[in-house]
Amino acid sequence: MNIEYIQRTRDYYRAQGFERDYRWANNNAIPFSRPQKPLGDARLAIITTAVVEPQIPKPTRSAKSYPLDEIPEHFDTSELSWDKTTTHTNDRESYFPIQALTSRVEDGSLGSLAPRFHFVPTEYSQRHTLTQDAPLIATHCLEDAVDLAILIPI
Amino acid sequence: MVLGSALDILTQAGTPRIVFNDLPLGNPAGKPFDTAMQLRSVDAALALFYAAEEGGALETLPHRWSEQDDWRRNFMEVRPDNRAQLLSLGDENRRQRLENKRLGLFRP
Repeated sequence: MNIEYIQRTRDYYRAQGFERDYRWANNNAIPFSRPQKPLGDARLAIITTAVVEPQIPKPTRSAKSYPLDEIPEHFDTSELSWDKTTTHTNDRESYFPIQALTSRVEDGSLGSLAPRFHFVPTEYSQRHTLTQDAPLIATHCLEDAVDLAILIPI
Repeated sequence: MVLGSALDILTQAGTPRIVFNDLPLGNPAGKPFDTAMQLRSVDAALALFYAAEEGGALETLPHRWSEQDDWRRNFMEVRPDNRAQLLSLGDENRRQRLENKRLGLFRP
């Protein structure tokens, strides 16, 4: 039985005394396009919610792109909401599978990785995501001639 | 494409392609240090880019966290014996939000 996270967060924050429920993004129109190149020629961009610069205060964090050769050994996940009772994030590959993806580039099944990866903050404000964060990442992906983009949210 | 573990949120958001790992939140690409599971997750994602026929395409991976399903209760659990603690967390959260505003810590 899958966990109903929307209902669970509703119950959780009501129990914390919040009166207005969070309204999760709800889009009926789903964008869709087919890749223009075969996988062996395609360039993939990775997007993560794991934090690269924890020194930036959480309420002011915005989307940011980083060179692929500057992937932190450990991202900061302490301020994100995940199941800290059951699991841990001590293995970067469990949320940022760069070694697995690199192995697919090395064996030729994936063309390449984009020269930058992208951080997107888990934002309460959908306006920030829609009007600032997503457009910035889309622009950077276009600059990097990206064919495929994968978001792996913690 | 999203590789993730909160299926209801991803579905409602209108995600074009979803590879769903039914694991505790925190390890969307597979269990920690399980390189075989992580590679299978990545392979499923790469495949779905091409296999998807329309928006909302979903691939559910067969991975399980453990034989027991106890973990499903843990996340954001509300119990009679943690209500006071949750209310206090909420108070602290509201106090912190006000303080952030006062310090100018917010996005335009």
